[in-house]
Amino acid sequence: MLGKTAGGLFWMFRYLERAENTARMIDAGLRISLTRSSAAESEWTSILQSTGLHGSYTAMHGAPDGPKIIDFLLRDPNNPGSIMAGIEAARENARVVRTALTREVWEAVNECYMVLKRVLAEPVADRDLPRVLQVVRQRSAFVRGASHGTMVRNDMYNFARIGTFFERADNTARILDQKYYILLPSVRLVGSPSDNVQWETILRATSTTRAYQTLHGGDIDPRVIAHFLILDGRLPRSLAFCYGKIGENLGYIAKEYGASKPCDALAEAICSKFRAHDMNAIFDYGLHEFIGDFLRDSTALGRQIEIDYRFSE
Amino acid sequence: MRLTVQHKTHYTYDAPVPYGLQQIRLRPKSRPGQQVEDWQIEVKGGQVEVSFEDEHANSVDLVSFHPGETRIEITCRGTVDVEDRAGVVGPQGGFVPLWLFERSTALTHPGPQIKAMVAAMSEGGAPVEQLHALSAHILQVVPYSTDQAASDLTAEDALSAGHAVCQDHAHVFITAARLMGYPARYVSGYLKMDDRVEQDASHAWAEAHVPDLGWVGFDVSNGYSPDARYVRVATGLDYRGAAPISGLRYGQAGEQMSVSLQVQQQ
Amino acid sequence: MVNKPLYFDEMFGHGTDARLPYEAYCKWFNGEDNARLLEKSEEAEALFRLIGVTFNVYGDPDATERLIPFDLVPRIIAAREWAKVAKGIEQRVRALNAFLHDIYHRQEIVRAGRLPAEMLARNEAFLPQMIGVTPPGDIYTHIVGTDLVRTGDDAFFVLEDNARTPSGVSYMLENRETMLHMFPELFSKIKVQSVSQYPNSLRKSLSACAPPACDGKPTLAVLTPGIHNSAYYEHAFLADQMGAELVEGHDLRVVDGRVAMRTTRGYKPIDVLYRRVDDDYLDPLTFNPDSMLGVPGIMDVYRAGGITIANAPGTGIADDKAIYSYMPDIVEFYTGEKAILQNVPTHRCSEPDALKYVLDNLAELVVKEVHGSGGYGMLVGPAASKKEIAAFRAKLEANPGNYIAQPTLALSTVPILTDAGLAPRHVDLRPFVLVSPDKIDITPGGLTRVALTAGSLVVNSSQGGGTKDTWVLEE
Repeated sequence: MLGKTAGGLFWMFRYLERAENTARMIDAGLRISLTRSSAAESEWTSILQSTGLHGSYTAMHGAPDGPKIIDFLLRDPNNPGSIMAGIEAARENARVVRTALTREVWEAVNECYMVLKRVLAEPVADRDLPRVLQVVRQRSAFVRGASHGTMVRNDMYNFARIGTFFERADNTARILDQKYYILLPSVRLVGSPSDNVQWETILRATSTTRAYQTLHGGDIDPRVIAHFLILDGRLPRSLAFCYGKIGENLGYIAKEYGASKPCDALAEAICSKFRAHDMNAIFDYGLHEFIGDFLRDSTALGRQIEIDYRFSE
Repeated sequence: MRLTVQHKTHYTYDAPVPYGLQQIRLRPKSRPGQQVEDWQIEVKGGQVEVSFEDEHANSVDLVSFHPGETRIEITCRGTVDVEDRAGVVGPQGGFVPLWLFERSTALTHPGPQIKAMVAAMSEGGAPVEQLHALSAHILQVVPYSTDQAASDLTAEDALSAGHAVCQDHAHVFITAARLMGYPARYVSGYLKMDDRVEQDASHAWAEAHVPDLGWVGFDVSNGYSPDARYVRVATGLDYRGAAPISGLRYGQAGEQMSVSLQVQQQ
Repeated sequence: MVNKPLYFDEMFGHGTDARLPYEAYCKWFNGEDNARLLEKSEEAEALFRLIGVTFNVYGDPDATERLIPFDLVPRIIAAREWAKVAKGIEQRVRALNAFLHDIYHRQEIVRAGRLPAEMLARNEAFLPQMIGVTPPGDIYTHIVGTDLVRTGDDAFFVLEDNARTPSGVSYMLENRETMLHMFPELFSKIKVQSVSQYPNSLRKSLSACAPPACDGKPTLAVLTPGIHNSAYYEHAFLADQMGAELVEGHDLRVVDGRVAMRTTRGYKPIDVLYRRVDDDYLDPLTFNPDSMLGVPGIMDVYRAGGITIANAPGTGIADDKAIYSYMPDIVEFYTGEKAILQNVPTHRCSEPDALKYVLDNLAELVVKEVHGSGGYGMLVGPAASKKEIAAFRAKLEANPGNYIAQPTLALSTVPILTDAGLAPRHVDLRPFVLVSPDKIDITPGGLTRVALTAGSLVVNSSQGGGTKDTWVLEE
């Protein structure tokens, strides 16, 4: 397989995952602004910050404003981080790696693009927003489904999977990085209603509200949320789960190629941290510091994968 | 005359070069009047990838840089026996049709000044005399000077500049000769200057194709036809086609080149 | 008195009854409901869009990916008709290869006085770097598209020889797939010669031209300028179908004397490169130094026998429109036979008498740029306004050597499906030919291009033409 193809698959699935995650964040922001308008501004700000787009939004539009932010995140042609831009980038990568995709996967990506191009052609009215966000999640899931159902389980599939989990873990970590202070053990003592809003946002932004309820019942406990999103191996959006998958997929590639690469050691180092720590240890070390280390290590891993498998010259 | 040549071209880069290639035309060939006894090319900092003969029957080597290299050195050493044939190289061989040497190139595209110069040349006389007159005329109009030498000047630009190095002289001559109806080409090679061993740079001159004689050399800068002191290395439609080294590299590294060249009579 | 149609219609001839090859189809068609067929037509379009069978339009940022309209009425050719055409194409392609070998070697045809040297000397498509180069297997044009037009029952003319990088074969294949998908019942009634073997034949044909440096099973790759190229879909399609890698210039390097592609496991040498990048952009070290699309050093490796480039660089000289006018001589010179397929009579505007004739008859002629392609820069006299003709006259007078002129041919028509039922439209045909040392392989049929506007003679997809599936019937 061409190095470019490996990189194209990795990025195609990262962009798809990113678009889907952005849709979740808009959903969370929308929920807050509908139910707790007093908290809306700060929540929108934190959403912009977790997407890394706060600076560019402020430069273009000034103060946080729900409808403007929604349009900015959905379809603003000047925002390379918008959902539409993400889907376009995913499709562009899919075109580059067209020969590595099954017809089903290509058609799912292409259709995802064509549908969103249509529904995002004009600003989305409030009443249509939930449906549009649903379309984004659904179309992205179709691609994942087509890949799962039709792609040969070889290095191509592995790079696609690594892209998905890499982006997903990154997304979860960024949300945690924004909200770590409300998950600290000391916060529980405060127990103010606004904290509940923020806990809810975290779960909504990661689409894990239902999963949380299933696994932990209705009581929202910040310690449990932190454990849930970082260490819970049952949750497909937790850092530990995503890195388990990244490690696994890198392992398959190493096995297929008959050679281990430096990125394998970096991935293992990250995974071992999740295995070695319980939440107490993480809180003792510092939640913020732990997430910060993780973001730094994962950036290094991404770079190393790119070098080891020759994504570019 | 037996000549020994040692020609070292040294490139240094201010940053590692991730990937680079150099096409080198530095292997003289034996032909009537020139016998190559021995010729070696040594490359430091890179390797010869392939060797082939181009359309002008030049021996070409493609050299790649070792990845991340900051210095490349190409050294040629050899011995060549040359006889004085008053610049006459002989008939065109191989498959290249003569009309190809009437094609102008970017470097030899005739502009108004060259056209005017050719128009002013007196007609008549044998072809070789005409061409010698042309050569002498060019040297008079644009005297030889290495001051402010710019590389890759077109023939027309060289006329405007009012002075020239051997490369420019050859280009002006080729352009004018083609206008006069003679197929003409560029020659790169070595010249043993009588008064020194260390030469500043490799040499260049021109050849025109004359009925009955075939190719005849004209060294405009020195005002005569090549003799036993000249080693012919490569030919082309212009400098670019016969350049001793032409390359391409990735990355942003700046390049510095130095050349040392000794040509001696053995 | 009934007016005889001016043009030969391939379905109805000059009459109203279906010609023999169309009989079975017309019987089926008459039992179909036009509205249902129009629905099918929309279905086909949606399918093409989903698959991404699109082409990019230069200079049109808003519509960067467009569909080539597909008409679902097939063009049908009888086995007997095709056999003669195929024989003519084979003869012509053989001559083209011999011609290319000759002009890059001894140029016997020039020495023999059958082709003026100026035709080569002033031609940008003649690449001096190819002089003396014999490609592996002595094949220059591995892939040829010979554009044909038909004017009558038995009258086929060659419009041009595409010997550089002919495109459109993916449309031929997708058109057939779509027809099979939409009308399976038709194919059980009517026996049509298959085209689906093309990618496999292409792979075999290219593999048969592996370079001396290849040991073992040849590694193939398709070189594309990238996703923004108008024919990117086709490049990806062919690579996929052949099981070859689709590479761009920046995926390739010279490594250990070979051109190698950057894979996840390191650099892997390529034996045969099916390049869809033009000569000028192929190698910045040898050709256009500003090219970002090519592979530095590939010409050096090629000349040293380390890789096969298909088609060979410098083949463009053979499909040059000025050379085209000499094709009957070229065929005769290299095969010793009269050309089976006729040329369209061509006036070379570089010749004073021809120029005078062309200037006097501009309103009746088609005038083309010698080096142009894609229907750009041409004048279709009968369809042009007085103003357009005057403007073109000025261009022609300023640079006559840049033009050739041909009579407007009475191109045959094949009906397309419209809201009001069948309606005749002009067509041409691009059969696809594969050349290898042991055989010349012509896919039955090819790509039929159709001018969708009534009366129009311009079939180019870049100018609003469409395509049809082309059926060659079994014997």
